[in-house]
Formats: sequence, C-alpha cells, structure tokens
Amino acid sequence: MAKTNKTVVKVDDVTVRFAGDSGDGIQLTGKQFTRTTALIGNELSTFPDFPAEIRAPAGTTYGVSGFQIHFGSHPIYTPGDKVDVLVAMNPAALKVNLKYLKPNAIIIVNVDNFTERNLRLAGYTQNPLEDGSLKGYQVYPVQITELTRKALEELELSQKEKDRCKNFFALGVVYWLYSRPLEPTIEWIQKKFAKRPELAKANILALKAGRNFAESTELFASHYKVEPAKIKPGIYRNITGNEALSLGIIVAGRKAGLDIFVGSYPITPASDILHELSIHKNFGVKTFQAEDEIAAIGAALGASFAGNLGVTATSGPGMALKTEFMNLAVMTELPLVVFDVQRAGPSTGMPTKTEQADLLFAMYGRPGESPVPIVAPRSPSDCFYAAYEAARVAIQFMTPVIVLSDLYLANGAEPWLIPDLETLPPISKNLAQTDEDYLPYQRDPQTLARKWALPGTPGLEHRIGGLEKEENTGNVSYDPDNHEKMVKLRAEKIERVRDILTEPEIDGPDEGELLILSWGSTYGTIVTAVKELRDEGKDVSHYHLRWLNPLPRNLEYYIRNFNNVLIPEVNLGHLSRIIRDRYLVDAIPFNRVKGQPLMVQELKETIDQILAR
Amino acid sequence: MATQPSNTIPVKIRKQDFSSDQEVRWCPGCGDYAILATLKRVLPDLGIPREKYVFVSGIGCSSRFPYYMNTYGIHSIHGRAPTIATGIRLANPELSVWIITGDGDGLSIGGNHLIHIMRRNVNVNIILFNNEIYGLTKGQYSPTSPKGQVTKSSPYGSIDNPFNPIKVALASGATFVARTVDRDTKHMAEVFRQAAQHKGVSFVEVYQNCVIFNDGAFREVTDPQEKWEHALYLEHGKPLVFGKEKKKGLKLTGFHLEVVELEDPEQTDGILVHDQFNPDTAYATLLAELTDKPDMPIPLGIFRSIETETYEEAFFRQIEEVKKMKGEGDLKQLMLTGDTWKVD
Repeated sequence: MAKTNKTVVKVDDVTVRFAGDSGDGIQLTGKQFTRTTALIGNELSTFPDFPAEIRAPAGTTYGVSGFQIHFGSHPIYTPGDKVDVLVAMNPAALKVNLKYLKPNAIIIVNVDNFTERNLRLAGYTQNPLEDGSLKGYQVYPVQITELTRKALEELELSQKEKDRCKNFFALGVVYWLYSRPLEPTIEWIQKKFAKRPELAKANILALKAGRNFAESTELFASHYKVEPAKIKPGIYRNITGNEALSLGIIVAGRKAGLDIFVGSYPITPASDILHELSIHKNFGVKTFQAEDEIAAIGAALGASFAGNLGVTATSGPGMALKTEFMNLAVMTELPLVVFDVQRAGPSTGMPTKTEQADLLFAMYGRPGESPVPIVAPRSPSDCFYAAYEAARVAIQFMTPVIVLSDLYLANGAEPWLIPDLETLPPISKNLAQTDEDYLPYQRDPQTLARKWALPGTPGLEHRIGGLEKEENTGNVSYDPDNHEKMVKLRAEKIERVRDILTEPEIDGPDEGELLILSWGSTYGTIVTAVKELRDEGKDVSHYHLRWLNPLPRNLEYYIRNFNNVLIPEVNLGHLSRIIRDRYLVDAIPFNRVKGQPLMVQELKETIDQILAR
Repeated sequence: MATQPSNTIPVKIRKQDFSSDQEVRWCPGCGDYAILATLKRVLPDLGIPREKYVFVSGIGCSSRFPYYMNTYGIHSIHGRAPTIATGIRLANPELSVWIITGDGDGLSIGGNHLIHIMRRNVNVNIILFNNEIYGLTKGQYSPTSPKGQVTKSSPYGSIDNPFNPIKVALASGATFVARTVDRDTKHMAEVFRQAAQHKGVSFVEVYQNCVIFNDGAFREVTDPQEKWEHALYLEHGKPLVFGKEKKKGLKLTGFHLEVVELEDPEQTDGILVHDQFNPDTAYATLLAELTDKPDMPIPLGIFRSIETETYEEAFFRQIEEVKKMKGEGDLKQLMLTGDTWKVD
C-alpha cells in the first residue's frame, strides 16, 4: 500500500449508510462492510432498509434500498440515529436519505448517475450537486461508474457485467476512508465467484481501484480510524432477530427432547423464520406451510396435542386471525409458541416498517378471560434466548406463549457471542404415563400445569376441547362455581410462571429522580441515551422488562422508589397503560409511531426536560 | 417412521369399548345416533388399538361426536378440524385420525381447510354429516340447503346456490370419495370400512336427517318404498342400474348420463359399468352431478378410490432425504453457521 501524507483522525464511533437502487447490490455491500468491521474487532449494529416493492423501477425514490451500520470502539446498541457518511449511488438515494444525515456529514455520490433523467425520476428540478442545497455537508462527487469501467478496461466482460462491479468500487472508497483491510472481502469474492474467476477478478479489481482512488485523489484530505473495542473473548457470528428466533426454538426442541412443528403462513416480516426453519429438517424440525394463518396455528396446536412442540410465526394481522386458536390453546392447556414479529399497523399498515403496537393485543386481545405469557426480546441476538425461554415456559406450564419481536429486531443484525448450550436451563416435560390414573385436568401443585397425555399411549384416552372443563376430570361443565374456579386457576397458573424466571436487574441506582421503564426493541436506544446522560452527570436509572406477562415481582419496588417513571415506546402508550393500571402510578409516556425505531437524541431531550422540572 | 396407522397388532376390542362415560345428548331421533353406533361397530374390525384413534371435530351438532368416543379426541373450533388433524398426523403418523364435521362446519366456515386437506391427500378419514341445515344454532340455511328453502334466516327462501359436497371433494383432488345415508347402517358400515382402509384422504358424505329443523330432507333415498326408484347404489364392476326391479340403467350420451329402461335386468349392454378406480375425475363428476338433477337417481357408495402418494409419505421421506444428505443435525455446527470470528 502506497504511503500518503493524508492525516488520520481517530473517532469513537461512526454511522455509515449505503444507498442506491435495489439492483445496485447495496445489501451485499453493507454486509461486506459489516463483516470486515466485525473481523477487525469493532462493536457494531446494522439495519437494512428495503423498499416495499419487490422490483421497483430503477432511479425512483421508492426503489431505494439502504443499509446502515453503526460501529465503534465502545459498546454499540443501535444502528445509529443519524448518519456520518452517506454513499448515494443515484439522485433518488440522495434525496430519500438526506433527512438521516448529521450536519456536516460526508456524502459520497456516484456523479455518473446524476443524469437529467435520473434527476427527474428522483423528483429534482435542479441538480442538488450544483444548486448549493447541500451546503451544510461535505460532498464528494466521484465518477464511480466511469472509474470502475476504466479499472476493468482490460477484462473481457460485457459493459453490464463491468457496471455491476461498481458497488465494490464504492466499498473500496469507504474502506480507505475508515482504514479497513480489503483482504476479508477479497477472500469472500474469491469464494463466491469460484466458478467464474473472471467475475472474481473484476470485483477485486474494482474494490482495489476504489481504495486506490480514495487514497490518491485530492478529494479526501484525511481519513479515519476506529480502534477495536474491548470485546468479550469467544467465537462470534452475525445474527438477525429472525435467525435467532429460529435457532432458539431448534435448541429448545433438542433440550426438551421434542420435535418442533412449525405451522406458518408467509407474512412480512416473519417469513424468514419459516424459511430458516425449513432448512433444518435434519434437526427434528418439521415445517408446514399452511393454507392460511388459522390453519398454520391449528396444525401447530394439533401437533402439540400429539406430542411435538407447536410453533407458529406471524405478524399482527396474522395473529389477529389466530386469536381463536390461541384461546383454544389456553382452554386445552397445550404448549404452543407464537412468534409475533410486529410491524406498523393497523391492517396492512406499513408492512416493511417497525412498531411495538401489538402489546395490548397480545395482553388483552382475546375474548374471555385468556391469560397468555408474553416475552419480548431486546436485541437481534436476544431473540435466541427469548425463543428458548418461551418454549421452556410453554412446555413446563402447558400454555401458549407469545414472543413479541418486531421488524427492527427481525431484520437488524449484530455480532453474537455464541453461547455454550450447556449453560441453558433444562426444559422438563410432565408426560402422563401408560395406564396411570390419569385425570386430564389434574394440576401439578407447584406450577398448576396439567399433565400431557400423548395420543398413542394406552390407557390415557381422553377428550379435550374448547368447552369449559370440570376441574380435574376435564369433563364438559356448565357449573357456575366451577367456571369461576377454572378462570382463576388459568390466571394463577400464568402468575406462577414467575417462579422459573430470572428477574431483570435495574441499571443504575435503585432510587432517584427518574426511572426509565421499557420493553422490547427500544433497549438499544435507551441504553445509549442513558449512558450519554450519565456521562453528562445526570441521575437516570433504567429497567428493561423481558417478560410482560407475568410482570416481575421487583418491578413495583423500583417504580415506587423513583419520583418519575418514563416509559418510551413505539406506539401510543401500551406499557404505560398497563403500568398505570397495575400500580396506580402516574407514569409518563414517551411515544413515537413513525414506523421507525426510537432516536437517541429525541429521547435525551425529553429526559432532560423531565429532569429540569 | 411408518406413515400408516398400524394394523398389525392383533387386538380384541369390542364395540362397547369405544363408548365413553359421557351421556349422548343429541335430539331423540337424530340421524347422528346411527352414525355413532355404526362407527363403533366398524372400528373393532380394523385391527387398530384403541389408543391410536384420534377423533377431531369442529363445532356443530355432529362435532360433539368425540366426547362420545372412548379414544383420544379434540372438540375444536368451528371449521378448523382439518388443520388440527393435519398437525396430529404430521406429529405422529401412526395414529388413525378421523374428522367429524358437518355441512356448515366443513363447507362453510371451514371450506378452505377442507379443500386443502383433500388436495394434500393427508391420510385422514373425513365424515361429513350433511343435514342441509344449521342445527346447533337452531335452523338457518346451510351451504348445502337447496335454493328456495325457507328457514329462520331465509323466511322468503334461500337465494344461495348449494354446494354439492361430492363435487367439492372431487375438485379438490380427494382420492377416496363416497356417500352413504344414516338410515342404511349396513351400507354405511361398508363405506366406513373402505374409507378407513384407504391410504390417503377419505371423504364420506353422510346424508343425515335433522328431525327438528329439516326432517325428511333425504326421504327420496330413505323411505322404504321410494328409495328404490331414487337411490343408485354404486358397486365397482357392476352396471349402473336402479329401480325396484333393476330395470333402469344409465347410459352415456354425449357428455351426460341418460336413464334408459331395460327390458330385462340381465341385459345391460350399453349401460355404464361403475369404475371407482378410474383416475379421471370426469367420470365421478358425472355421477356426482346426478344429485343436482331432478328425475335422475342419487348415487350412494364409492364414487372414486385411487391410490397416490400421501402428504405424510412425502413429508417424512423429505425429512429422511435431508438427514441422509446432511446427517443428523449437530447443534454446535448449526450455531457456527455463516461467518464466525474469534476474539481473544
């Protein structure tokens, strides 16, 4: 590598966003950058921003695909509020992403794509590179297409094939800008294009050309260095929320000695769970793509009745259709895991945007008195543990369990320290034995769970169903007192789930001015905000719920110890309603419902206002 | 793993072993009693141990059925029995799974599940009690009620075109399609037996009389006098003849069936011979359509019985193939999928 006299600036953390047409290879570019960044030891978090349209017309704003990565030399919990560097492959990518930029952010544009036609497609009447509208930014117009073609001049490839390499040119530029090595990507390209060495060569040449261009051009006066973070030793991999849910349930099945039966119907953003699980048929995983959402959960419950662990993965509109089956699971007291990957609603809403607005539905959205345990993962990798725990509770308490993930976790990715599976708690199942004196609704005195009697076992023949059951015998009963008793028993059983759960710990002093209470995917944003506020000398504590039903025992203690309780959520106030109702506390809701995750900055401002009161 | 209900174990079970301790609570005179009794009579002969039977139902009068059987059972949600049954078969293919449904449960609210379980050829037995009325909700028209029927919810006559359940089954690709009637328990027992022995989905429509809301809906084929003129008993390899003296036969003219008078019941030249193994559904559909035509006989018996791969066979074969290809899943390897890196 030629030495240059350009200055190197050290920074703690950076957010980079790659953006372009769906066909520009943006996701691939982002993933390569992520991989290299992980390999050199930075902390990181990523989030893809796909267009809703499958193949949107090139050059349009609604066809823009984005990939954002936040990395640093300290712990990173979110993909970043605002962007330090935007790589925009065309005018549309520039236009839709301007709102995410920090003041004075770096914008690298492929100037070759700023043609009259593309400007018009993006809705520009003037060229933003020339009209002074980008004054507040550091704009670097680079002839990415031209320079890529030039670098590949000698190769016998079509123009189209050469142009496909331009994302690697752009990646090379950004690699230089943040002092990353090219080797991991070169190795990856060689493997990926092993059967087409000429393409491998072209992509590697483009990558190197980009790096060399950035290094030698007058355009960039300096570049940056982000030191490796202090990371716990071990073996890591990148994982998305949906992958982690899938792995968690596979591991749970193995630990419990049960086959996993997945009944699902395709729905954004949960389909990847079905895709992932359908690969792993050699792990005792059965997958069934049903005719609709109802059939998906129906088959899963049928499988649970017959001795598998039934699982169904869906999003809000799908869970609405599953409501009655969830009630049948409550009534028949069979294990079942329901993944609800929340998206912006109601109705079809914004299927490719995130939201946390299914909590009250999960909690109360079923006819009758129908308590269901609810667990909410807090990060992509945490989805693994949430799925595992959900399965454990479902099996040990003979109940359906809802896992409330969301699109932000499902598609977001982070490095994950691969756990030692031996450290996971065991999962015990309480099976009735052949010819024992079996009463279908006799309960374990500790957990209140009934025993599971599998069809095929001689002497345990019994009937269950949606009609109210007589205590112990399980016979149909319309007796008023029995009904009230059973309603209360079903509720009490879910309360007792607490007995096997680890209570969350408070982050910060356990009394004071302000407690931030949160759940689910807002974790990263809140942790980041709290850390920054503490660095500013402010007194803030944070308590993040994992199980929303039942709520942990120590929660009330903390709530009472603080003058203010702030509850940030991506909805109009779901947890805040539950907390107000449960503890008669004047909790302060903080709500955003934009289909976007919470932003650190706006949360900090709100906290400052509360502290200044 | 065997994907067929096992019938190799010699077991001695009697009819009464299948009675649960629950009191049967259908209306006196309801056709359901005969179906329950007939099925209890057939099951002991199938050689399947009692603990391997699972009865799955939805909601409706017929769907109370599982409570009266001393086997495993689920009384589930309106129309959803096929979904549960599919899950049960895929969890444990050694179980003999029976779906008990009705015309409202199976063809209205649960129509989607019914067609899909049949197209997949899941190895279950579906008994659809067709009384052409909603009984449990007290007398509204159903998807099989004839057009014009006056009921509580159609005081001026139903304006819906009815479904022909046999045609629904044929169009969905059911591999065993039959019809029987509650009054003829001997015929019913034989149809049930054949349905149970069929590998793949078996669909049996039972004409079932609702004494309260739709009494006599099937009089044409149940009245001891009338039935000979109206019932066409299907027997494989036998000519399609009916009438008290078997002097009427069916002949194919163009694309439809025509009734011809026979001088001599023994002289059946030109009369169609019933072929339940005909792989082409056109023939069975022609028979099924007779039901909708006035002046034509109503076929009872097995319309179609063909053997193809079941859903379970394909399902478990694929799992075995993946295991052969990839080996038994290793969790440690799975956790390390994709790019990994070590931090010291």
